[in-house]
Amino acid sequence: MNRPSSSIVGTPMDRVDGLAKVTGQACYAADYRGDRGAAEGYIVEAPAAPGRIVRLDVEAAEQAEGVIAVITHRNAPRQRPHGMPEDAGRFTQSHALLERDRVRYFGEPIALVVAETLEQARHAAKLVEVEIDCGEGTFNPFENAASAVKPDSLDGADQVDTDKGDFDTEYAGSDHRVDADYHTSAQHAAAMEPHTTVAEWDGDDLTVHMAIQIVSSAVEAFSNTLGIDKERIRIVSPFTGGGFGSKLGIHNEAVLAALAAKAVDRPVRVVQTRRNLFSNAPHRSRHRQKLQLGADKKGRLKAIRHASLAAMARDYPFAEAPASPTRASYAVPALRTTHRVVKADIPKVDSMRAPGEAIGTLTFETAIDELAEACGIDPVEFRLRNEPDADPQTGKPFADRRLAECLRQGAADFGWQGRQAPGSRRQGRKLLGCGMATAIRPNQLNPAEAEAHLTPDGRLRVRLDMTDIGTGSYTILTQIAADALSIAPDRVTVELGDSEFPETAGSGGSFGAASSGSAVYEACREMVEQLLSRLNEQGHTVNSVSIDGDRVMTGEASVPLATLIDAGGLTVTGEIDPDNYDSGEKNYSYGAQFAEVEVDADTGEIRLRRLLGVFDAGRILNQKTARSQLMGGMIFGIGGALLEQSLMDDRYGSFMNRDFAEYHIAVNRDVPDLQVRMLAGYSEKSNPLGSKGLGELGICGAGPAIANAVYEATGIRVRKFPIHMEDLLPSLPRS
Amino acid sequence: MKPFDYHRLASEEALGKMEAGRYLAGGTNLIDLMKHQIETPDALVDVTRAGMDTITETDGGLMVGSQVTNTDLASHPAVRRDYPVLSSALLSGATQQLRNKATTGGNFLQRTRCQYFYDTTRACNKRAPGSGCDALEGLNRYHAILGASEHCIAVHPSDMAVAMAALDAVVHTRKRDGETRAIPATELHRLPGDRPDIDHVLEDGELITSVELPVRPPRLQAYRKVRDRASYAFAVVSAAVALDVDDGRMRNVRIALGGVAHKPWRASRAEEMLEGQQPSAELFDRAMDAEMAEAKGQGHNDFKIRLAPRTVVAVLRDLTEVTENDE
Repeated sequence: MNRPSSSIVGTPMDRVDGLAKVTGQACYAADYRGDRGAAEGYIVEAPAAPGRIVRLDVEAAEQAEGVIAVITHRNAPRQRPHGMPEDAGRFTQSHALLERDRVRYFGEPIALVVAETLEQARHAAKLVEVEIDCGEGTFNPFENAASAVKPDSLDGADQVDTDKGDFDTEYAGSDHRVDADYHTSAQHAAAMEPHTTVAEWDGDDLTVHMAIQIVSSAVEAFSNTLGIDKERIRIVSPFTGGGFGSKLGIHNEAVLAALAAKAVDRPVRVVQTRRNLFSNAPHRSRHRQKLQLGADKKGRLKAIRHASLAAMARDYPFAEAPASPTRASYAVPALRTTHRVVKADIPKVDSMRAPGEAIGTLTFETAIDELAEACGIDPVEFRLRNEPDADPQTGKPFADRRLAECLRQGAADFGWQGRQAPGSRRQGRKLLGCGMATAIRPNQLNPAEAEAHLTPDGRLRVRLDMTDIGTGSYTILTQIAADALSIAPDRVTVELGDSEFPETAGSGGSFGAASSGSAVYEACREMVEQLLSRLNEQGHTVNSVSIDGDRVMTGEASVPLATLIDAGGLTVTGEIDPDNYDSGEKNYSYGAQFAEVEVDADTGEIRLRRLLGVFDAGRILNQKTARSQLMGGMIFGIGGALLEQSLMDDRYGSFMNRDFAEYHIAVNRDVPDLQVRMLAGYSEKSNPLGSKGLGELGICGAGPAIANAVYEATGIRVRKFPIHMEDLLPSLPRS
Repeated sequence: MKPFDYHRLASEEALGKMEAGRYLAGGTNLIDLMKHQIETPDALVDVTRAGMDTITETDGGLMVGSQVTNTDLASHPAVRRDYPVLSSALLSGATQQLRNKATTGGNFLQRTRCQYFYDTTRACNKRAPGSGCDALEGLNRYHAILGASEHCIAVHPSDMAVAMAALDAVVHTRKRDGETRAIPATELHRLPGDRPDIDHVLEDGELITSVELPVRPPRLQAYRKVRDRASYAFAVVSAAVALDVDDGRMRNVRIALGGVAHKPWRASRAEEMLEGQQPSAELFDRAMDAEMAEAKGQGHNDFKIRLAPRTVVAVLRDLTEVTENDE
């Protein structure tokens, strides 16, 4: 394969949409103002669940000032049953709401109040009276472990369970063992922009302005929910204010807005409140992960068992794969992984940034640290010693693997001193410690198409239904197009987030840049081919072109574009077929993370001092946006290790800390000196761009590096996350 | 949010002629509570433009108008010089944006962060008297270990009020009939007892007009806030400490704790044990153990019984430069 020339790809180009964003010109879903003013919808949440609505009195709400309608199961427009068709994926199945008098989970919408203003709708929502006859609910997966089942499938993993070699024998024959349960908390994506939809009907045609990560599956979801043809649905989502997985599918406000807009024959806007989101947008389940690891005297892994238990929302088939990194990280003769779920009466459980790896590396890499300690081997050396030649689970070769390089460079750049005696380093009243961990995340390529349109005056427009959820899609696609066609970036316009544009897999799973970028690359290559062929028809013998203003430069000649393409411009399409890049090899992005923490010797408060990550993500498409993505991921990792925790009251199945004062994400002061290093590289086997995914890579390994540093600082091994002061306090010395 | 009337108070003196209503200052807490309909006043009386927004140096003390913002109070030169515990407490609270809006009077009167108080689907005697307390058997990591009752285990969330309690500040108020009174900051808030719906001793319509900081505060002062993240988090436990050390002996010892009770908790038992004594780590421990004698955990917050005294001892040690007696 020819490596594309790159004068622009890879450079730290400023975001092309940066100016629009900081001047408020970027139109997010809630900003949309149609010709007909939108009415405002406000969700009425079920105050208890699971159960049956025995009384629902909406009269007072209907009479309240400004109220246009109160939509309930009694008057909601017809929908196809929730979860249909069964063979469709979870993002495309019917997401029907207000179907009948059943309430499945706390906070599920039981009504939508539609009024002229948000304040009127919000007030009237409080006037709705509901009585629910509650049945016995299942909320806590650990207390109900006896009813655990094997899920039909896992998110992001081929097999639910795996079993290679003879675990029992290898484990029994190990010289050093770790055997422990690790608990991670429920988490919410907590994107800055809440889930928002403005739905507008024109006869039987529906236009939806919404915050979404994947446009095409949203079209199918509306089609399956409302029972209308896909052709009648248009999704518009040019900007999305963060998703982290929670906007992969359509969520409750979207369905309600579409139903209400139909019912009141007027556009309806529904913006979820921060409190709504904890029930009406998805979350990551709490998990219990049992890890049993064994190694020989020389610190070579002999046996790994990873058994995960989580909650699955009843009627919504999603199960996370925390053992995914376990299957790919280290050479081991016996490897057994299992995933079980307890079906629970809780809000939707779904992907949250780095599903599998975020909490999988958090627990597994903590256990690896424990095993290295048991073997008396430095944790960096332990990992290098167990570096595999081929995929540990399948035996297939790796497409490329530079983990050892990440580990070595990370150790050097961080100034890794080797494992110090726990609790031995002190500065005043602060206990200091360092820790490290491996980062790994599957690299994927998904089908995508793009359209390129070149005008005679030398302007290129690229269209595809890819989304920009804050990641920098507009910018990297501009760079890719500019390089592929040899045209100045300021002559390129990228248009995204519209279901009328060619289909892509959208933003998710760290595959967005590679998949949509490859499609744009292919479309622009096709454009070059077309120009070459027209030039050759005109008698020019050329094999490369560039665009300079309204002229094509061929090296020997300068030809006006107008002589090659007519006034309407030239439109071509390109697509990427992942099968062409399926070498049968295992493809991952890698990294190594190093952390230093301080623990207050009096209070047990944990603060991160520095965090350094070295990453291999193939070719970096934009140094600036890539760094931001990795940095954001590392900050997510801080949250996972020390802060983020959605607390459910298990008596009621209700999340209790439903705002940013109580659901703690890292704030600026929690993020200290943070170093991001990216190995220069080109991943031949991944895609035509040579890039690998990095949107989730930064999370992987960040949390356990911090947790392992807490151990070195204190000598206390905490096996629940986030780690809080009270986990350390009992073992800290008396003042 | 329930529809409400809005009035604006022109001056302190005009109070008697005003329509009755809930007083609105910075609104950083009240507006939220109104959105959730935890508070549903029929009328608001905006007091932010009635004067009461200056800081005046008196004979060695300071008179702080109740509408002085948290930012202005924290950054006032006299506060930073003579009452650093107050400046530090203020700056440890909320965020810059919130501190720019929040006022001195309003900060005293902010309401608990108990998650059951905020969730109108749950039982809470403070929000809905007689409904019960879901926090008792529920999630109660942030809750009280001192002075709680079977009806309520909520804590007061203010940092500022803890420093004010340690400084023996005095809260000046005015009633609608024009009567004024002075309430020690330590007596402004009350323990929950069987009426947790009542946070403080102010009467209906009584307005905080100013807060007086005393003359000659103790010279050694510090505020220590223990929290899960480095900024923008309510205190798990906090300690405001002020004292003098003369001829090697501790004088004027004032210790107030936040995050442990329904009100800023003056550790008077510990203060008594320390007063007039030579500072020592062993004595600090003993004094705080005595203070914690009646502390009671609710499950998730049991660790505070250990955390609170350690926090105070750490501050005392720093202020008196006592070497730790470690391990």
